[in-house]
Amino acid sequence: MEYAVEVHDAVVLLDRFPALAGLSLRLRTGSVTLVQGPNGAGKTTLLRMLAGLAPLERGSAIVLGNDVVTQQRQVRASVGLLSPQTMLYDDLTIAENLSFWTTLAGYGDVDMGAALERVSMAPFADQQVVTLSTGQRRRAAIAVVAIRRPRLWLLDEPHAGLDQAGRDIVDGLIADAVAAGATVVVASHELDRVRPLATHVATVAGGVVHAFETVGDPGLTADDDAAGGADSA
Amino acid sequence: MVATQILPFAMVILILFGLALDADSRTLRDLAPGLFWVATLFASVLAIQRSVAVETVSSTFEALRLSGAPAWKLFAGKALAVALQLLAIEAVLALGIIVLYRSSFEDPVLVVTAALAATVAIASAGSLYGVLAVGMGVRDTILPMLLLPIMMPVLVGATRAFGDGLGTAALDGWTWTGLLALLAVIYATVGALAYAVVIEDT
Repeated sequence: MEYAVEVHDAVVLLDRFPALAGLSLRLRTGSVTLVQGPNGAGKTTLLRMLAGLAPLERGSAIVLGNDVVTQQRQVRASVGLLSPQTMLYDDLTIAENLSFWTTLAGYGDVDMGAALERVSMAPFADQQVVTLSTGQRRRAAIAVVAIRRPRLWLLDEPHAGLDQAGRDIVDGLIADAVAAGATVVVASHELDRVRPLATHVATVAGGVVHAFETVGDPGLTADDDAAGGADSA
Repeated sequence: MVATQILPFAMVILILFGLALDADSRTLRDLAPGLFWVATLFASVLAIQRSVAVETVSSTFEALRLSGAPAWKLFAGKALAVALQLLAIEAVLALGIIVLYRSSFEDPVLVVTAALAATVAIASAGSLYGVLAVGMGVRDTILPMLLLPIMMPVLVGATRAFGDGLGTAALDGWTWTGLLALLAVIYATVGALAYAVVIEDT
């Protein structure tokens, strides 16, 4: 599969506001794309739409070969979304949350200990989420995403609330995901942190892609710029 | 939450009814079936609101949607959790009406069967309407208004069945229990089918 994500003229409405206003984007499999832009540009809505959570009003979006409108379940089963909210139950422990979400998703045999070690949260496995700090909750949320080994990682401000060690963990997970063949999309304001990790940068404003550039990988050609940012053409 | 908030609330309702009716033991005994189920319904609104609130605090509703689990399984899990809480509350309320209202269980099998059927109906309708209220964005005020009218047939049927079971009314409690069972099946089926649509609007 050459392109993990193919979005064409996508319109997503939040109430009646066009959060995505005809956005077009194509992302190659195995790429790391930084999605940057001002507040309210549509970055979070883009990630939610790719996860199958924000319905398309118009246009089309194919994620990992599945249509987000007609094959929603397949899309959701293949992606991992790291949201600004933790998506964890406060009254459960980290281990209980991991167990619940992996069982619900049908991942019977996962190494929760290794997943928690990866984010340096193993000592806190039996602590309720409500007792954790913001950064610790973030790490736990990252563990829930990572343990599923999604083929498309959708990370919304992944470094937010994390200390230096936590940020290094996120960077390591992104590198590991790409090495395993996954595609990563990172919406972030921390350009200095994420840009060195990225192979592409999409600049979003007003619900459309204004610029799409290839960075980092000298093996990629100018065709990638044309392929990725159709709005800017 | 059940032990610290919902159960005390339900017991306070029973006590308030007793005070309001001036502790006439004959009257309280005769009214016990209705008072029991009114207290249960009020408690169920709290339990369902809590069941929904826990999913909105950290956006776990979205995580449930992302999990890929079939919507009917999510519905069944939520309804089962609410039902278990309600059964625990009803067990304590049953003790409450025995102690406070001098009720006696003439036909415990009928009482338990009716309670089970009514509880499934309440939990099923509540789990569906709870999510529906979230999607409307005003869940704290709208949920009782949506839920309680739907619960009227359950209230009537359960009160009649309990009337027979507690020996306070000459009724065919098993016929009313059959109605409760039918309502339970209908509400559970509608809930399982509609949950997939309703949860997408949260």
